Amino acid sequence: MRPMARRGLAIATTLTLLASSVACGSDDGPGSGQPVPGVTDTEIVVGTHMPLTGPASAGYSKIAPATKAYFDYVNANGGVHGRKITYKIMDDGYNPANTQQVVRQLVLQDKVFAILNGLGTPTHTGVLDFLHSNRVPDLFVASGSRSWDQPERYPNTFGFNPDYTVEGKILAHHVQTDLPGRKVCFLGQDDDFGRDSLVGVEKVLGADAVVDRQTYVTSNTNVAPQIGAFKAAGCEVVILATVPGFTALAVGTAARLGFKPQWLVSNVGADHPTLSRQLGDAAGLLEGMIGVNYLPMQNDTADPWIQLFTKVNKEHNGDAPFDGNTVYGMAVGYLFVQVLLAAGQDLTRESLVEAVRKGGYQGPSVAPLRFSATDHSGYGGGRLSRVSGGVQGYFGPTYETDEEDGPVNEYSAPPVAPPANGVPSA
Amino acid sequence: MSATRAPAPPTRSAAANRLRAGRPVPTLLRHLAVAAGAGLLVLAISYQLDSFRNFQLATVAAYLCATAGLTILTGLCGQLSLGHGALMATGAYTLALCQNAFADRGVTAGGVLVLSLGAAVLATVAVGALVGVAAARLRGPYLAGLTLAVAVVVPALTVTFDGVFNGEQGLAVPMAPAPASLGVYFPYERWQLWVVTVATLLCLVVLANLVRSRYGRAFRAVRDDEVAARLAGIHVARTQVIAFVVSAASAGLGGALLAVLAQSVSPGAFGLTLSLFLLMAVVIGGLGRLAGAVWGAVLLVALPDLTHTVTDLFTLSPAAAQRLEGNLPLAIFGCTLIVVMIAAPGGVQGLVSRLAGALPARWRRHRP
Amino acid sequence: MDRFLFLTLDGLSRGAVYAAFALALVLIWRAGRIVNFAQGAMAVAAAYVAYSVTAATGSYWLGFVAALIAGLLLGAVVDVAVMRLVDHRSPLNPVIVALGLVLLIHAVLGMVYGNEYLPAQAPFSRTALTVGGLAVLSPYDLFVFAAVGVVGAALVWIFTRTAIGLRMRAAAFAPEVSRLLGVNVSGMLTLGWALASGVGALAGMLVIPTELGLHPHAMDLVFVSAFTAAVVGGLDSPPGAVVGGLGVGLLLSYVSGYAGGDLIPLAVLVLLLAVLLLRPGGLFAPVAARRV
Repeated sequence: MRPMARRGLAIATTLTLLASSVACGSDDGPGSGQPVPGVTDTEIVVGTHMPLTGPASAGYSKIAPATKAYFDYVNANGGVHGRKITYKIMDDGYNPANTQQVVRQLVLQDKVFAILNGLGTPTHTGVLDFLHSNRVPDLFVASGSRSWDQPERYPNTFGFNPDYTVEGKILAHHVQTDLPGRKVCFLGQDDDFGRDSLVGVEKVLGADAVVDRQTYVTSNTNVAPQIGAFKAAGCEVVILATVPGFTALAVGTAARLGFKPQWLVSNVGADHPTLSRQLGDAAGLLEGMIGVNYLPMQNDTADPWIQLFTKVNKEHNGDAPFDGNTVYGMAVGYLFVQVLLAAGQDLTRESLVEAVRKGGYQGPSVAPLRFSATDHSGYGGGRLSRVSGGVQGYFGPTYETDEEDGPVNEYSAPPVAPPANGVPSA
Repeated sequence: MSATRAPAPPTRSAAANRLRAGRPVPTLLRHLAVAAGAGLLVLAISYQLDSFRNFQLATVAAYLCATAGLTILTGLCGQLSLGHGALMATGAYTLALCQNAFADRGVTAGGVLVLSLGAAVLATVAVGALVGVAAARLRGPYLAGLTLAVAVVVPALTVTFDGVFNGEQGLAVPMAPAPASLGVYFPYERWQLWVVTVATLLCLVVLANLVRSRYGRAFRAVRDDEVAARLAGIHVARTQVIAFVVSAASAGLGGALLAVLAQSVSPGAFGLTLSLFLLMAVVIGGLGRLAGAVWGAVLLVALPDLTHTVTDLFTLSPAAAQRLEGNLPLAIFGCTLIVVMIAAPGGVQGLVSRLAGALPARWRRHRP
Repeated sequence: MDRFLFLTLDGLSRGAVYAAFALALVLIWRAGRIVNFAQGAMAVAAAYVAYSVTAATGSYWLGFVAALIAGLLLGAVVDVAVMRLVDHRSPLNPVIVALGLVLLIHAVLGMVYGNEYLPAQAPFSRTALTVGGLAVLSPYDLFVFAAVGVVGAALVWIFTRTAIGLRMRAAAFAPEVSRLLGVNVSGMLTLGWALASGVGALAGMLVIPTELGLHPHAMDLVFVSAFTAAVVGGLDSPPGAVVGGLGVGLLLSYVSGYAGGDLIPLAVLVLLLAVLLLRPGGLFAPVAARRV
């Protein structure tokens, strides 16, 4: 056979194949009788994307297993409306390109009902449009960015963490009331985290009150120049919008430069067990550090929520080391079960989103959830914690505020206790 | 692409070499025919696969532009680049900025995508020329060092100039929906596959012609022996710059297509890891042949998925699962790399050629 | 002026570590014409060995010695079990195999120790000593300088004053002739790998306590800086590695102190371009160009 003839035959074959395949391919539209993706009478399939490997995975890799453990606990207690929750955890290594792949796999191939607690601002931002156009509920994004609160543009996306501006305002409020007249400085990550936090600080204290502002990039682990500048400027209070690794670096670097300011740390970077594990013998430097949090302290064994979560961790999570990330993951799971219950027996994507919009959920957190038809941001406040005698504990009242110019108010609603069997009921 | 004069008409002798019997078939026509066949095949496949597989196939096509470009540079011209991820970022960000500029002015027609893709290629050509001029002076590890720095710097610039590039969070890429004539329920991923395939095939036709042209021969001559090439009248530095520019242009197109697929760009997607993975992909695929680039692109998409599936086969206690989750795929990937490079240094394509080598050889012997 | 001095000393102590790490890269390059991209991962593996030994015995120094031994062994094993089997005709093959090793080592460490930061102990205080009201070097910084200095001197001594060093140099530069003269060329190569990996492990032990802590990826960024340093200095030149390392350390410190941390990558690129465009073989390239 001549090459041309061979090629001609190949093309002819292809055309035949094409004709037949187009004929039998069908574009099935979602008819009214179509089942809801990811939901059967016995199962609800939910997915998430998390960094389980890579440099960003430290700490975060424990969140999704904790959530899954809570779901397993709920499943062992009969599930939600008779349905068991299956949680598909996909590793994206905090790389937005991987997030694109794994989220599409979850939605298009695994046909998950919803995406829950996808972690990271740069990673999750990239899939917002995709999730929106596929009408997938996108609940409780694990980041304090304000991007998740855009009900007009992304009606199915909801946040979870208090946003960084709210945190910044609460920390600055503490400076204003308890540390007046001190020289305040600010170290932030060079992205929306640091920027939004600084906005919050300046809203309360005024732009002139911050004596020195420094940023760091995660690709450079030497923060001595920044800390040296603080020392030279005579800072007495340093507010940190840093991830845990850089909180530890900043504190450690300051100590070796003989610089001892009052540290105020945003929620993301203030988990004491994480920090002291990293500092090792130098953990004593964290003494007096003030942080902000909105979930029960992992070391508060008297707290009924911590008792519940410790039990779940023991029974369903292989008794993994218990820290703030575990509490966070389980709190996400609890809220999701609450929302599923509220969405009712006839679970659809619409009824789920409607249930979140209705709001009014109370769970482990000390702070109020803000969900409403017009507000898709998560928790709207927090409480300050202090490390004292090597133990991180809450002090003072819980505060609530908004990300705009609203005042920082005390929030006085009493915390609720978990239900007796640890599973919310309708 | 005009700057590189890439689609140079095949010379008489090149066509004659290919000639087996009958009328001479011009190389360009032959490549166009193959591309048309491949296009029809993809069209057929796109109806057989579900949306996710369509998307994966489209991602393969987008990566293919970059791996094919890298194959030209490293396989044909012998220059090492650890910075192709950065060139992809250049294309992706240019496309994002163009699409946003069009959308801001109310131009949302699907056709403007062609303009944006063109702009992305032009921008990468400019960057590629800059790096290429510097690279032409360097050899071996020094070239690796320079391109490594490029790979680190370009994503970092998006944070430095976050007013334009919006830092770590990146930019959204507004895309027109699939044409209404395809029906309301036409899967968007299938449409994406079509768009990306057309662009990739055009890119491959250009590259395939380049490989067969006098430029391609000059590339190989420079790779094999610079002194001999110079004696033969080839301007070595200019040839290397041309190779770098062509390679950059394809990488830029690949990056832009990735942005089209993801409908967003952010620096995290184009880090050093991507550059290293691109190089691994082309070497494992088989350097020196465009077919190797196809294998490489397939590997880039399929291997993480495949290893994940393998991991899922084990049922483990939660504690062990937490340890292995994510790490086991990495370990499998790493082992595969090492074993392939030791057992089959010619890469997948080398293996395929060797396996398939026996048959055609015997078959050809029967010809006069 | 205070700030300048502060940034200079800070940059030098970090640069010393880059220098040691760059030295490790130069050693392997001179021995086998391979840029060992797995150097960082191998150093981290050695540091994890130190962590385990220190945790078991309670002694930092036992862990320190264990890390150096682990580094030496790992280098030898990588050469004998992996690199020797690789087809070296294409210079790319060893690079790809090294990248594969990086993935494998990261994955195994992640499986054994978890992807969490573990505390890395420093044997001396990192609190800076104050001289005339100015915080200068800490005892730990002095330890770093001393360790890098000792290793540098030891390498010079081995390569210039001992028979084995002479054999290693001969095996690297004229393998065929050396073989004819009865030198065990492949043995020398393995020894080169072991030495380089040992020096890398030392650099890892020195730098990890100053970073975020012990993590499978702890040396990724250090590798990039040290590779830059080695290229700037010239991969064939051990003095070049030292000068390059100190130079890169100073540059990073000045840029992040005076201009902002986000400009560091750009500064590194500019440095590389400036040096390589003037001297394509690095600052300390041999005068007779290697180019044919």
